Amino acid sequence: MKILIKIIIFLIIIPSKSFSLIEVDITRGNLDPLPIAVSPLSIDENSRQNFEKILKKRNIGEEISKIIEVNLKTSGLFNPLNKDAFLQAPDIANLKPRFEDWNLIKAQALITGKVSYLDEKLRVEFRLWDVLAGKEMVALAFTTVPTNWRRVGHIITDKVYQRLTGEKGYFDTRIIYVAEEGPKTKRIKKLAIMDQDGANNKFLTLGNELVLTPRFNPTSQMVTYLSYFRNLPRVYLLDIETGMQEVVGDFPGMTFAPRFSPNGKKIIMSFAKDGNSEIYTMDLENRIVEKITNHPSIDTSPSFSPDGKFICFNSDRSGYQQIYVMKSDGSNVKRISFGKGLYGTPVWSPRGDLIAFTKLHKGKFYIGVMRTDGSGERLLTENFYQEAPSWSPNGRVLIFYRETKTDDKGEGFSAKLWSIDLTGYNERMVKTPTDASDPSWSSLLSN
Amino acid sequence: MKKSRIRNIDQGAIMKLNKILKNTLLIVFACFALSACATSKKTTGQMQGDVYTGTDTVEYLASGVPDRVFFATNESVLTTASRETLRKQAAYLRKNSKITIVLEGHADERGTREYNLALGERRANAAKDYLMTYGISSDRISVLSYGKERPVDSGSNPLAWSKNRRSVTVKAN
Repeated sequence: MKILIKIIIFLIIIPSKSFSLIEVDITRGNLDPLPIAVSPLSIDENSRQNFEKILKKRNIGEEISKIIEVNLKTSGLFNPLNKDAFLQAPDIANLKPRFEDWNLIKAQALITGKVSYLDEKLRVEFRLWDVLAGKEMVALAFTTVPTNWRRVGHIITDKVYQRLTGEKGYFDTRIIYVAEEGPKTKRIKKLAIMDQDGANNKFLTLGNELVLTPRFNPTSQMVTYLSYFRNLPRVYLLDIETGMQEVVGDFPGMTFAPRFSPNGKKIIMSFAKDGNSEIYTMDLENRIVEKITNHPSIDTSPSFSPDGKFICFNSDRSGYQQIYVMKSDGSNVKRISFGKGLYGTPVWSPRGDLIAFTKLHKGKFYIGVMRTDGSGERLLTENFYQEAPSWSPNGRVLIFYRETKTDDKGEGFSAKLWSIDLTGYNERMVKTPTDASDPSWSSLLSN
Repeated sequence: MKKSRIRNIDQGAIMKLNKILKNTLLIVFACFALSACATSKKTTGQMQGDVYTGTDTVEYLASGVPDRVFFATNESVLTTASRETLRKQAAYLRKNSKITIVLEGHADERGTREYNLALGERRANAAKDYLMTYGISSDRISVLSYGKERPVDSGSNPLAWSKNRRSVTVKAN
């Protein structure tokens, strides 16, 4: 993607560590979300009118703070307070909050800010305050094109999340997925992309051919996916910005289950021929193809560790679907799943410490995580059908899809995206305009 | 002495009791085993084990030549009935030597998408291998896996799933 956003950070103040400022623990299920007040970003009348003309929004400051509020609430870690209770006007609060007032409504943290129209650009500044300590925690200003106003809300949320949890956020991100329509027996599937909060939904293909399993390149705006173009199931590359597409490699059979390597320079995928699926990599620069597995059973759903040294994958070489880990050259293959049931779709966490998976046991499907040696298996959610977890870039949230059981007449089918925290809490449906499956989470668009 | 005799008698009695118990247990186990077999091999009219044996969804390449074969869950092994169907297909294809075919392999919805794509490919190839042993050249056969993407029955029940685990022979020309 071209540099859509030009961020000019000219002020970052991080307070000294002598004060014990508020912190949010994200390693446990948070049953007591932090009360936070998001004061609407203040805006002068001249700027307001200019933005109203360009963006057709009456008050862009309020719109941006709404995005921040929804993000914070969706994370499950924060409880944005009702604005009706706010005593201090936004413009004054941004200069110097009256902490007693905010304390009175039980806010522990406060976000204030200002938007202005400057040389046809949107300039925003915001501050995060610790209400109890009466201290500023973060102050930041940047300038961007006005049409990026939603991303401004996401970037602010990322900064707040990072300051309060100590880990990077995941709000200025996008989800690529498969949009589904029509009866189960003649399903029409299209590639679609949207912001993490469901805004800016866009279809990338027309639905003329079946498309499956899109995955983001972690380093660019490229996507790899499976398309049945001309009834030949092949792995494709798609540049989201230009719309350019190409087939990956020249294989005499079906290629599927593609994913990028962590540096974005290779694609790892399965190639099926004569009833045997093996894992291959292809270098996108020199187009060299390497065979990684060599076994007469099914080997598929490969996923690299973030350091690129290992690959986890799905194989039925033991008789049933299980999860295996090997070195990236294919040596040292070890089975790591030993619990009851079948295991599929292993995906290595961007933090490196966990592998997320789908498990089928006694007619139920689970999304779970285990350590990379297979120990510490933890099931996060159980349902009639769900699979294909994809990690948020900070490795704290998983997005997956869930399908409903049909009734006796075969009706009532739906497929939806869901997300859940690594803690097993905060399970939520992610709204999409149509039915949806196969989600893949992008990296942070800005850092 | 007295005590030990009593003990002996007791032990004898206990042993007898044990035998009786063991036998009854064996009988009980046998009953369980039989009933288990009875359920797993149950023929509902449309399924044997969990392989579809009905004809609701079957189409015909020609009179008396069914177009599809069915599989057990997670399996790509051809059943006796499947082999018979494929022999009929092979005979038909030998007689009509200009016809080329696509074998479309499918899986049911109770599996992860990517594994099912591989499983569908494996099923279609099981059918291909069998046709080849009956004299059909591999040049005339191409294989296409749909995984779980194209069910014939949209139901969420074992019978619907059994209809969907299939390899369908489609004329390509």
